Amino acid sequence: MEIYLDNSATTKVCRPAAEKVMECMTVLYGNPSSLHTMGFAAEKEMTKARAAVAAQMGAKENEIIFTSGGTEANNMAVFGAVSVGKRHGNKIVTTAIEHASVLGCMEQLEKNGYEVVYLQPDSHGMILPDQAAQAIDERTILVSMMLVNNEVGSILPVEAAAKAIKQKKSPALLHTDAVQAFGKIAVNPRKSGIDLMTVSGHKIHAPKGIGALYVAKDVRIPPRTFGGGQEKGLRPGTEALPLICGFGEAVAQLPDLSREMERIQSLYDSCREQLLQLPGIVINSPGQGLPYVLNFSTCSVRSETMLHFLASRQIFVSAGSACAKGKQSHVLAAMGLERGRIQTALRVSFSRETTRQDVSALVQGVREGISSLAVGKA
Amino acid sequence: MNEILLLKLGELVLKGLNRKLFENLLLKRIQYTLCDLGQFDIRLAQSTITVVPQQAGVDLEEAAERVSKIFGIAAFSRAYVTEKNMDAILQAAGEYLGEELEQAETFKIEAKRSDKKFPFNSPQICMQVGEYLLEKYPHLTVDVHHPDCIVYVEVRDYGAYIRGRALQGAGGIPVGTGGKAAVLISGGIDSPVAAWMMAKRGVELTAVHFASPPYTSERAEDKVVRLLTRVSEYSGRMKMYTVPFTKVQEQIRANCPEELFTIIMRRFMMRVAEQIAKKEECGALITGESLGQVASQTMQAVGCTDMVAEMPVFRPLIGMDKTEIIAVARRIGTFEISIEPYEDCCTIFTPKHPRTKPIPAFVEKGESMLHVEALVEECVQNARYRKIGYRRQD
Repeated sequence: MEIYLDNSATTKVCRPAAEKVMECMTVLYGNPSSLHTMGFAAEKEMTKARAAVAAQMGAKENEIIFTSGGTEANNMAVFGAVSVGKRHGNKIVTTAIEHASVLGCMEQLEKNGYEVVYLQPDSHGMILPDQAAQAIDERTILVSMMLVNNEVGSILPVEAAAKAIKQKKSPALLHTDAVQAFGKIAVNPRKSGIDLMTVSGHKIHAPKGIGALYVAKDVRIPPRTFGGGQEKGLRPGTEALPLICGFGEAVAQLPDLSREMERIQSLYDSCREQLLQLPGIVINSPGQGLPYVLNFSTCSVRSETMLHFLASRQIFVSAGSACAKGKQSHVLAAMGLERGRIQTALRVSFSRETTRQDVSALVQGVREGISSLAVGKA
Repeated sequence: MNEILLLKLGELVLKGLNRKLFENLLLKRIQYTLCDLGQFDIRLAQSTITVVPQQAGVDLEEAAERVSKIFGIAAFSRAYVTEKNMDAILQAAGEYLGEELEQAETFKIEAKRSDKKFPFNSPQICMQVGEYLLEKYPHLTVDVHHPDCIVYVEVRDYGAYIRGRALQGAGGIPVGTGGKAAVLISGGIDSPVAAWMMAKRGVELTAVHFASPPYTSERAEDKVVRLLTRVSEYSGRMKMYTVPFTKVQEQIRANCPEELFTIIMRRFMMRVAEQIAKKEECGALITGESLGQVASQTMQAVGCTDMVAEMPVFRPLIGMDKTEIIAVARRIGTFEISIEPYEDCCTIFTPKHPRTKPIPAFVEKGESMLHVEALVEECVQNARYRKIGYRRQD
């Protein structure tokens, strides 16, 4: 059996979700918009999935827009919020450690003349509440800040940003990319003052190709694609029923979050401790981050070499975001880590399938990797 | 968490000797509405109901949202409870509304001391709390006429309460105090509003919906279920009867003069609804008719339909404009569902030129070809009900 420790990249689809997908392709295959009974049955199934996703974040069903995944939801949110806010100003606040699907939008917006402020993290990938508060002003039209960083697991001060927006009477909408947080910690956009929130299915054992954008009920963003009016007109096109229902089922299968968090925390602690006993290893993740992600550097073996070495032993980790495809990590760079550390960084990420044995195997693998591959060893 | 809900009674404080009856029904209703959110201690004292969560982690925001829709409550607010001593009150006032005070520029204190054993009187409470807050939030100034933020301090028998401005409640009188009635519901904009208005006056609801498959679809029925679910947030739980109506409509089409189709159909609806209403021990029928809106809602047409019903028929929308009805529908959240485009039984078989001033004798003659009683009986027999808005398995 493989030892899969790259769950921040994607997860294995859980069996009930896979079965639901199958059922929606072979039994409930009607078009949810069709008038007949089969269409209606499909629509009812879709409503159930929507309710499950909504309930997981304390939202209402009509606040959930299904998308093809996190990237589409992020694009929809960022460009949507900017077109709503452009008459109030042209300043956008985000962070230097966002996912590529937000940073890509920002690059585009900068080309179009928007002023984008990138909050810089400290050497642990943390951003301070005060940094956010200082950057937000009455000209700010959008604050886009991820809830949990995908590469190091730091938790960002999104609620502080919400408070600052209120206090400074800023017209800004608050968007958060909660892809790495959803299904792991309790998120409640309404309580946290979040206007737009991105979540994704395949990080929580649903299939790839499905995600959702939470749009608070008093927030209206314009559509970017046009057609048959599905998903409140924001995401027209026949609904991807199998994926939507698979997503709903995966959400329904989520364990008790706080209990699972305890278990993951103890895996994280033991993994961190064992790794630190190996020569040269430094931890890049912050102490107070989400324990599902552990980022460390061997300082002696290049990331890719170690990654392939581990893969040959059926242990799968990553060198950073899968979306970066091996480019140098912009997150670690923004944290100001030295080159040697960035080039030898590895990310392991856990899921509810991860066991203690997996962690031991990883540590063993890294140990052997260092002793057989390290260059410049004393 | 020491946070609770404070509810102020509405018009039922004007009731006389039977006031207790109204109050008990209201308390029961609040209890039922919140029963799936956790344990609450709900009690009434000094015209104010306190709703106190008995366990941690209760979703008070959801509780407040639900309570805002209960008839009989004029105003409500979330409040913080403290001991009845000045230090505790000061500290709570500074913390509980901290966020609001930080954003405000001006404020004032309003104090109420219904427990006269408390050593400070209301003006003294105001002064002390005001002084404390000015010290804690130096950017604030006092404005007693148009403050950004009002801090209310109420010293009552069971504790001291700190709260911000109260929100408006649903008004009306508690559902159940006004008897029970059956509402004829189609899926349009008007009937849910009519149901809501009668519930506001204390009427408990039973719903009767007419379905004509294959002319109408499952979706049309589902639409009514969703409409009534919204209404039930205000009116409380109800039964919804679905009456198979195809046969009646086809018989009317085959045997009656075309210009009388609608009026005769409405008479059948009244008859069937009345039978169901009797079975459910209702004292009246409710319809969403508004005078002159369509051919079947002229004074003469309303007269013709009324003739077949023994029970009083309440038409709360009779003098309202469409725009006024829509405004209510939007407020109670039924409008967006009502405008979904599914056929309902009122929109099929409509005559080209309906008689707007039908004469009773002609209408009766028009129906004479039909076995009225047998058809009605069949409808009642085949009607099925489902439960709407039940919060417990009962």
